[in-house]
Amino acid sequence: MKYLYYPGCSLKSTGRAYEESILAVFKTLAISLEEIDDWNCCGATAYMAVDECKAFAIAARNLALAEKQFKDEPEVHIVAPCSACFMVLLKTIHYMNTHKEIGQNIRKVLSEAGLKFENRVKIRHPLDVLVNDYGMDNLMRAIKNPLKGLRAASYYGCQTVRPFESFDSNRNPMTMDKIVQALGGQPVDWSLKTRCCGASLTGTIPEVGLRLSYIILHEAQQHHADVVVTACPLCQFNLECYQKKMTSAFGHKIDIPVMFFSQLLGKALGIPESDLGVKRLFVKPSKIHSGQGGKRVYV
Amino acid sequence: MDQPRIVPNAAVSSAPGELDVRRRIKYEEELDHAFPNRIAELAHGEKFYSCIQCGTCSGTCPVSHYMDYTPRRIIAMVREGFRAEVLNSQTVWLCASCYACTCDCPRGIKITDVMYAIKREAIEQGVYPKRFPTPVLANAFFNQVMKDGRSSEGKLMMKVFLGTNPFKAFGNMLLGMKLFFTGRISMKSERIKDRKSLKALLAALDRLKEAK
Repeated sequence: MKYLYYPGCSLKSTGRAYEESILAVFKTLAISLEEIDDWNCCGATAYMAVDECKAFAIAARNLALAEKQFKDEPEVHIVAPCSACFMVLLKTIHYMNTHKEIGQNIRKVLSEAGLKFENRVKIRHPLDVLVNDYGMDNLMRAIKNPLKGLRAASYYGCQTVRPFESFDSNRNPMTMDKIVQALGGQPVDWSLKTRCCGASLTGTIPEVGLRLSYIILHEAQQHHADVVVTACPLCQFNLECYQKKMTSAFGHKIDIPVMFFSQLLGKALGIPESDLGVKRLFVKPSKIHSGQGGKRVYV
Repeated sequence: MDQPRIVPNAAVSSAPGELDVRRRIKYEEELDHAFPNRIAELAHGEKFYSCIQCGTCSGTCPVSHYMDYTPRRIIAMVREGFRAEVLNSQTVWLCASCYACTCDCPRGIKITDVMYAIKREAIEQGVYPKRFPTPVLANAFFNQVMKDGRSSEGKLMMKVFLGTNPFKAFGNMLLGMKLFFTGRISMKSERIKDRKSLKALLAALDRLKEAK
């Protein structure tokens, strides 16, 4: 099956490592991924706050472009790795289908811009594609460097598994944990998998945002996680880039690598680090050591 | 914050040395009964009246303890018509859109979308906290995407810091440098090629709105 790829703005900037590792992993697994030509920003959370109609319309432009690009396919599967993009695109389709007036209005303005939405689009998360389409058996067969018991705390963030249909439970999602296990790691069983990291609050109201991120990392450390793996560029940014600030603000040392699940997966698939954006991380994963006998678990 | 706060319980007497006497309740006639319908309309017919005030939203919300009114109270206040209090509250600007309340609400109310509806009404009425960073970010982001079709994160961060507290921009220099050296940020503008079609789309939307 062929997939279209919707990167979104973060994957071209602060979350570049996510794009690099996703593309490398999909290439290695021979899953065809084609970028949507001339895609625009999904609108994220900010757009909804200013003008909802415009938010739906600009998100829908991407859906129409995708259908145009795959004009002969009965179903167009868009892989959206960023959780905000994933949720906004899902939400746009949901509102267009459940609220007749919104659907009509958006279709009308799209046609005035020379575009058409035929509702052939399915929004997919890379975790969903890897676990449910590619399949765990195939994934396990492709592994070259198993992880040797690395304790990875899967952190899904909020928007990946929250409303407007999803591929996993919104209370205790397991897809990332399954991947960690398949790679030879130990999934950490913890309760903050979907608790909010603070999102843009870390930038706008640091007093609030920093605390939210801290709660998550502190809990991961309490569970003796070697690494936190995530599937969202903003979560990764919040959890990784402010660790020193957290340590000085809250008095507990926070020092733990926060990687994209695709980086860990790529590593296990034998992809060189230089293709996975590992050098872009602030907290280098090379310092992960296992608690038992100091054996290196991250090769 | 330099916004004009409409004080719901204005002091009857507050001269120095005197007792601070305030009316703690609101009279029926002071409520805005059109307000719940306005917000319901903006939120596409969300059913506030089926809310049973159980407080699950406030319990599950990761930031409710920072809010002046918790989500449960906001719903109650919207449907009774506490317009000034709701539009001036910090609550909606603290909402991080994590959708936890929407997932957990036993009555199926899309609370996150109600928060969005209130934000839009507050922006439209011009009563949002002007230098509060959340609406500054929302507006800066909105304008950037309107123009270029994509968001340029480096420029966006600068705008937010300068629009709220310029000193913070210096405080975050180190982070900015690190992001720059790991190739995670640049000051270059991200743009789509076909900005004409985006413009046509937005113009069509404006016409649609005028027609209403």
